[in-house]
Amino acid sequence: MSWIDVGAIDDIPLRGARIVKTPLGCIALFRTDEAEVFATSDRCPHKGGPLSEGIVHGKSVTCPLHNWVFSLESGEAQGADDGQIDTFSVRVKDGRILMNPAELGARSAA
Amino acid sequence: MKQNLIVIGAGMASGRALEQLFAAAPDAYDVTLFNAEPRGNYDRIMLSPVLAGDKTYEDIIIHDSQWYADNNVTCRFGEKIVAIDRVVKTVTADNGDVLPYDKLVFGTGSNPFIIPLPGHDLDGVIAYRDLEDTQLMMAKGKGDKVVVIGGGLLGLEAAAGMAAHGVDVTVVHIMGHLMERQLDEAAGYLLKKSLEEKGITVLCGANSKEIKGTDGKVSALMLDDGTELPCDLLVMAVGIRPNIALATEAGLATGRGIHVDDQMLTSDENILGVGECVEHDGAVFGLVAPLYDQAKVVAKTLLGEEAKFTQKTLSTKLKVTGCDLFSAGDFAEGPGREDIVFRDPARGVYKRLVIEGDKIIGAVMYGDTADGSWFFQMIKDGTEISDMRETLIFGPSYQGGSTVDPLSAVAALPLDAEICGCNGICKGTIVEAINDGAGDLAAVRASTKASASCGTCTGLVEQVLQVTLGDSFQMPQAQPVCGCCELTHEDVRRLIKAKELKSQAAVWQELGWKTVNGCHVCRPAINYYLLADWPIEYQDDPQSRFVNERKHANIQKDGTYSVVPRMWGGITTPDELRAIADAADKYNVPTVKVTGGQRIDLLGVKGADLPSMWYDLNQAGLVSGHAYSKGLRTVKTCVGTDHCRFGTQDSTGLGIKLEKHLWGSWTPHKLKLAVSGCPRNCAEATCKDIGVICVDSGYEIHVGGAAGMEIIGTVVLCKVETEDQAMEMISAITQIYRENAKYLDRVHKWINKVGLEWLKEQVVDDAEQRKALADRFELSQTIYRKDPWAEHAKEKSDIYQPLADLTTEAAE
Repeated sequence: MSWIDVGAIDDIPLRGARIVKTPLGCIALFRTDEAEVFATSDRCPHKGGPLSEGIVHGKSVTCPLHNWVFSLESGEAQGADDGQIDTFSVRVKDGRILMNPAELGARSAA
Repeated sequence: MKQNLIVIGAGMASGRALEQLFAAAPDAYDVTLFNAEPRGNYDRIMLSPVLAGDKTYEDIIIHDSQWYADNNVTCRFGEKIVAIDRVVKTVTADNGDVLPYDKLVFGTGSNPFIIPLPGHDLDGVIAYRDLEDTQLMMAKGKGDKVVVIGGGLLGLEAAAGMAAHGVDVTVVHIMGHLMERQLDEAAGYLLKKSLEEKGITVLCGANSKEIKGTDGKVSALMLDDGTELPCDLLVMAVGIRPNIALATEAGLATGRGIHVDDQMLTSDENILGVGECVEHDGAVFGLVAPLYDQAKVVAKTLLGEEAKFTQKTLSTKLKVTGCDLFSAGDFAEGPGREDIVFRDPARGVYKRLVIEGDKIIGAVMYGDTADGSWFFQMIKDGTEISDMRETLIFGPSYQGGSTVDPLSAVAALPLDAEICGCNGICKGTIVEAINDGAGDLAAVRASTKASASCGTCTGLVEQVLQVTLGDSFQMPQAQPVCGCCELTHEDVRRLIKAKELKSQAAVWQELGWKTVNGCHVCRPAINYYLLADWPIEYQDDPQSRFVNERKHANIQKDGTYSVVPRMWGGITTPDELRAIADAADKYNVPTVKVTGGQRIDLLGVKGADLPSMWYDLNQAGLVSGHAYSKGLRTVKTCVGTDHCRFGTQDSTGLGIKLEKHLWGSWTPHKLKLAVSGCPRNCAEATCKDIGVICVDSGYEIHVGGAAGMEIIGTVVLCKVETEDQAMEMISAITQIYRENAKYLDRVHKWINKVGLEWLKEQVVDDAEQRKALADRFELSQTIYRKDPWAEHAKEKSDIYQPLADLTTEAAE
């Protein structure tokens, strides 16, 4: 399986996010630590807020529209809110961020 | 018949392999040992204690000449191998000797990485690798300046070693915190603090640009921000690279290092590799523990016995006196992990465990590393920790007991246990005061001074009250900032000033944050407090801001943004209006609206268009209107004496002056102003945070109005006679609000808490204080009075675009 290089980790600010356009729509890449990146759907299931614009804390992000908090690991909404965002595989190697095209393709076919 | 074994490199790994070999089969091989350094095997790890003067070179020799003689090793020190013929199995030494081998071992180690900065070849630019480097550093003393590039293990040990000799040392580190591979931010902060206490200057996030020299000798390091760091010696400790040149030339498979399999065999079955020069399963090695594991395998393989090298979790300790840190396992990368964090600000202790699937997989500790080996053992053993999860972080001595109740812990403290470190108050004194009638925190503070200084022991004092008084004591329900901490906004603000906390990591650590890096509630507040209190020292963190303030535009419900250019005092020109109209056309703005603050709002702009739209507006002289900020919004004006027959003063002119003075400043909540030219108040100044009503004899300064969820009229704070006085007064009010109010308290809410009288005492009655406040405001404005649009359009436009577009590639 060959992974796609989508960019350098340093192109994402620490505790910030960037988006990657895919056939599935925008996927948000969150940099939670010096060498830790998570990928999820960029869309909050509540009112469609852009999660990549939220505040990143620990391994969570807070939606900028109405403060829903999602675990970036499981994609589950935290606290009293009920919802789920898609999560995607992502790897960091030698400072580059790699994503799995098969995973994106498979989901796009579905 | 004995076989010939040639070993290239007399380092710690090959040395250990030989020890193992001789112990198992002393007569199996005739050994010849080449070493480029003119000496045998010594303990490279102990170079730091040698540098610090705690040990001598003789103390750290592992194999002396007697050892080599006893084991019949032919030593060829100071000699290099220049060629290998793998077909006939010979090596060629640099003097031309050709020696046959049956087995060959590569122990060529690694080379320090030298950043190819201009000037890296100057005299006085060294690495930290061998005894020669160490001796050069030891020659430095009082009055000498040394710059160390690299804030990793080796660089810091070098810096601390030289600082111990009185050298003026500056560490330049490219990453945001020290030892980022072993430590997280909080531990990195504590380490930096300890090093600074030793007199070492630490510059993080610093990019080296050039090394300057005079007469071929190093004289200074230049950073890319223009900083010049004069030095007599420059040490680069930025990492090592496996030394694979000879192996590559001999045709062995190499990558980052010489490829070896589990038996430590290279791609040639008669050649083995060991130590820092090898690459095993994608990894290269720098710490000694895995190298010794490899050495065992090398010895067994040489004897034809079965053995297998497996990589294990590693731990790190820094060998610097007074910097007690421990790091083990994997604490940063990978999904599915949880953190347990413990901080004891008073003792400077930070502990973090990383848990994955009921097992500890990583640990970082600073200040108190006594339990490090216990955690390390659990990491290596993969111990299930689900039963002791609650108390795990407190270490082995807490396990197996009942769950820890903080009250029972306080109850168990002896009467002479110190509660308040600042004032030296022990538990007994507090209990005595309580028994004498002090029934709440304020009374205890008044009678004993406990918790009256820095305040971090407030919680403990309250617990003593509760333990002593039982149910008759009601724990006060002070609202903490958020779930990350137990302190109120007011306490956090006070402590940031009192303890001079100048970074978020400092706040998290010193004030006992329970999360790794806060949450969406506390981060914007702490970021604001830090930049308001330390405008010069603290750098604003966009990642701790709500999207509007990070992107300098208001996010709308559909994810588009609104753009509001500034119109000073509500005055505009035909040219500005044309530029706004052009931008609205060019970027397909669906809605153009006039706001209540006398501005034009362009709604429905796509995020990716923002930088270019701002650039276009900038060209017409328009700057950000900060319609998105907890900061100065607008200064609304009426036309005043310019046109109005009732106008008493130049309200438009004062409004423009105020706006040009205040713009760009951050405040606890949004700050709206207005200047009306007469008491008819057409600019609606009496429902603004700060309002000015012009009268014949001068200017009435109003404060505390609002026209949002609540409609609140202003109250008059004072009257001044001149424009300059009005400007100074408003600067001072703004600054004292910035310095004191809770984040997200509008001016009226804050005045309700502190009282109008207090505010009058500070800024009206006390001229000196007023001037000091206005000066501090001006100092902060030297940093923040600038157009963020111009900066983002020029330098940060990339972040407004997607990182990558896979819509074409992934479809293939």
